[in-house]
Parts: sequence; structure tokens; C-alpha cells
Amino acid sequence: MRNPQLNANGALTHLLSIEGLPREVITHILDTASSFLKVSHREVKKVPLLRGKSVFNVFFENSTRTRTTFEIAAKRLSADVINLDVTRSSTAKGETLLDTVDNLVAMHADMFVVRHAASGAPHLIADHLRRLGREDVHVVNAGDGRHAHPTQGLLDMYTIRHYKQEFTNLVVAIVGDILHSRVARSDIHALTTLGAAEVRAVGPQTLLPTAIEKMGVRVCHDLRSAIRDCDVVIMLRLQNERMNGALLPSAREYFRCYGLTPAVLALARPDAIVMHPGPMNRGVEIDSDVADGPQAVILPQVTFGIAVRMAVMGILAGN
Amino acid sequence: MNAEKKRPTVVLPDAELLCVQLAGLIRPRLRPETVLVGIHSGGVWVAQRLHALLGLGNEIGLIDVSFYRDDYGARGLHPRVQPSSIPFDVEDRTLVLVDDVLYTGRTTRAAINELFDYGRPAMIQLAVLADRGHRQLPICADFCPWRVDLDPSSELVLSQNDNGGLQWSLDEHA
Repeated sequence: MRNPQLNANGALTHLLSIEGLPREVITHILDTASSFLKVSHREVKKVPLLRGKSVFNVFFENSTRTRTTFEIAAKRLSADVINLDVTRSSTAKGETLLDTVDNLVAMHADMFVVRHAASGAPHLIADHLRRLGREDVHVVNAGDGRHAHPTQGLLDMYTIRHYKQEFTNLVVAIVGDILHSRVARSDIHALTTLGAAEVRAVGPQTLLPTAIEKMGVRVCHDLRSAIRDCDVVIMLRLQNERMNGALLPSAREYFRCYGLTPAVLALARPDAIVMHPGPMNRGVEIDSDVADGPQAVILPQVTFGIAVRMAVMGILAGN
Repeated sequence: MNAEKKRPTVVLPDAELLCVQLAGLIRPRLRPETVLVGIHSGGVWVAQRLHALLGLGNEIGLIDVSFYRDDYGARGLHPRVQPSSIPFDVEDRTLVLVDDVLYTGRTTRAAINELFDYGRPAMIQLAVLADRGHRQLPICADFCPWRVDLDPSSELVLSQNDNGGLQWSLDEHA
């Protein structure tokens, strides 16, 4: 079977997941992003690459931040951006996912940026477009269920490469609710593909997926020992809704065991960086002194995210 | 009569010597605020030569026109885009755009479009090492030491040898 993200010529035509992407493709996206980064510093923060193209942000799940960064990225490429809040319109009226897609294709969409609560929804759309013979229409996964959030994974890799240059000697800890995190899965696939020395998955038993070590990570339940000698610490957001179930006793206890405080961070390498995909819960997974401290690169991640999304859309629309 | 059309052999001049001649053409029209902008990658090499030969003190601008090319729809994004770097204010400056080869004029057009996204220059002049003819746009070079009419099946390539010297080669396409 052909890789569903590549076209007949082996070029990237959809971005659905980092899993299965060749290392060269990831590196190419990161290299291209560094050229786009400078566009945002210019007098005119726009290049004409996607002029006349229509990018549809189709969000079946709420996300203001991710949608906004995709919108900014598309606009800086001169595309026309149409934001659809489908949860409040067509889907609420009973339209199926693929009917929504067919309607947007009939409106001459060139690219879909899709977020969906169901894992695999962007792949379903890409497969549908292939069966329609519309391989000129591209799909970017902006987060599907617990499966993948590839542009977040790529912007995390861009951030790590920016501060650490090479991946081969790096020890990276990913801390928190890995069970529900598509960001963690995308980061793990990217880090193992790029050859990080060690990836540690850190969290309570109830928030770690079973058999996660098969993804090539070391599982740790104790934050203090896991963070020792780390070069990069990626904190994940603890979603409030997890508190109501049986997974965790309380936010305060979670912070005591897994919250990143200055004292815990001091166990990592002195030049370790701290990342977070946002939005942060201060006092739950991360202490304000760390979030606002000199080792945090959380806001640069946001800036790099625009350039990475410009690179992804610029590469896809040309293939 | 010989059915096969014989292509005249092209004598490729010394590229380093052409740089010296090009600098000589630019020198009389140099203004104090003139800055060079090289187009990746051949144009950057030539701009670096000119910068030294003309004894300019200011920085060189570098641009990669990949985000402005008119063949993006047909050929996609160039696989190795380099970041553009214009480390000076272009507003009201005289810019000399430097490239190795002037051919269709499309690269020059893309470069001019990109420069205007940094501001409004007072003037843009074009300096090239070679003008090989076959223009597709109304563009001509202000400074050019070598004009040659080459068949579209030939590709004139400037490269840097192991010692850093610039040299020409001619690639023939079927």
C-alpha cells in the first residue's frame, strides 16, 4: 500500500501524521520553515506563494489557538482563508463529514486544515479525495482524537533544533497526560525518527497508554528521577475534564507529584529547555516560576509554529 | 547537405575575469548609499566578489526568490530554499541586484517583487555576469560584461571549484 501522505511521485501531498514520514521529509519541512521565519520580520509579512488558493479551516472540535495560527500562516502565504465552525452549522444539522467535504470541494477548496475528535478523520478525507481523483486538494491534520497533531510535533522539533542544533545526543522527557495526548504521540514519532538518544515518557500509570514502550520510549513514573540529565522537558497540559474521572485524585496532588517546579527542573541539565504546547495550567502541571523563567521556550514555540505551518502549506500546495 | 544542424562551439570566458570587468562597469555609477543584493546561489558568489573588488563597507543582501517564482504552480516549492537576508533598510536606497546569468528574466522579476516587500527602494539596477539572450519579459541588465546567444537546450552554470574559484560550464539537455 502506498503511504497515504505521499503522491505517486513520492512527494508530500497531505500531512496526516509524523508516523511513517521519512526523516528527509521532516528535515526538509524544518529547513523550509527557517526561510519562512524571516518573512514575519519584514515590512510586508507576506509572500505570494498561495495567491488565489483557498484554504478551508474545518474544525469539528473547538480550538481558537491552533485555528488562528493556521489562519495567520495561510494569510502570510497570501491564501484566502475560510474558517468553518462546523460543530455549530452543517454537522449540527445532520450532514456527514464527507458530504461537508464534497460541498467544500464544489466551492473550489485547495486545502483543508482539519481538526476532529475522531482519530483518523483527516485520513478518511484524504482517502475520499483520492477516490474522487482530486489529488490536487490537500489535507493538513490539525489534531485528530488521540492520534496525531503533526504540525505541533514539527514545531516542537523546530524549537528543539533551534536551541540544541542536533538530536543525536539529546535526552528528552515528555511529562503528563500522555494517554490522551496526540501531541505526545507526534513528538515521540518525530524524536525517534530524528534519532534522539533517549525519549522518556513520564506520568502516573493511569495517564500512560499500555505498551507505549513499543514506540521506543523509556517509561518513568517518578518525575525527579526521569528529569535527571534531560536536555529537553516537554510538559503536557492536564485537561480539566480528567479530574472528574477516576484517573487522578486531585489537581493539587498531581502538582505535588508531576508539577514542574524550579527545584525539580534543577535536576535537569543546566541548559535544559522547557516546552509546553499550551494552553498552560499554572500550578497544575507547571509552576509559574518555571513557565516565566529563563529556561522556558514556550512563546518562541508559538512564533516558530507560524513558520512551520507556512512551510507545510507551502510544500503541500506545490505538490 | 548535412541534415544535422551543427551547433557552434561556445568559448566560455574566465568567470573571475568577468567579475573584475563587471566591477569596472559598476564603479563609475556607484553612489555612497549603493548596496548589493545577490540572488541565491550564483548571484551571491558574484556579489561577494564585487563587494571586495569595489571595496564596499556595507553589508550584502541575499535573496532566495523561491517564494516569488511564477512556476510554483507547475513545479512546486524549491527543495532547498535559503533564507533571504536583507540586513539594511531598503527605503530610498540604490540597490544593485546581482545574478550570475540573465536568461528569461523571470528570476529578476521575482527578485524585484520580493525587494519591494522590504520597502520602497529609490532605484534598483541589475548586474549580471552573463546575458545569454531569449528573454521572456521586458528586462535588461544595467551592467553586463558578457553577452552570448545560447540555444535553450543548453544550460549555462556557474559553479565554485574546490579552491573557491568561480567557473562556467555548459550542460546540454536532449
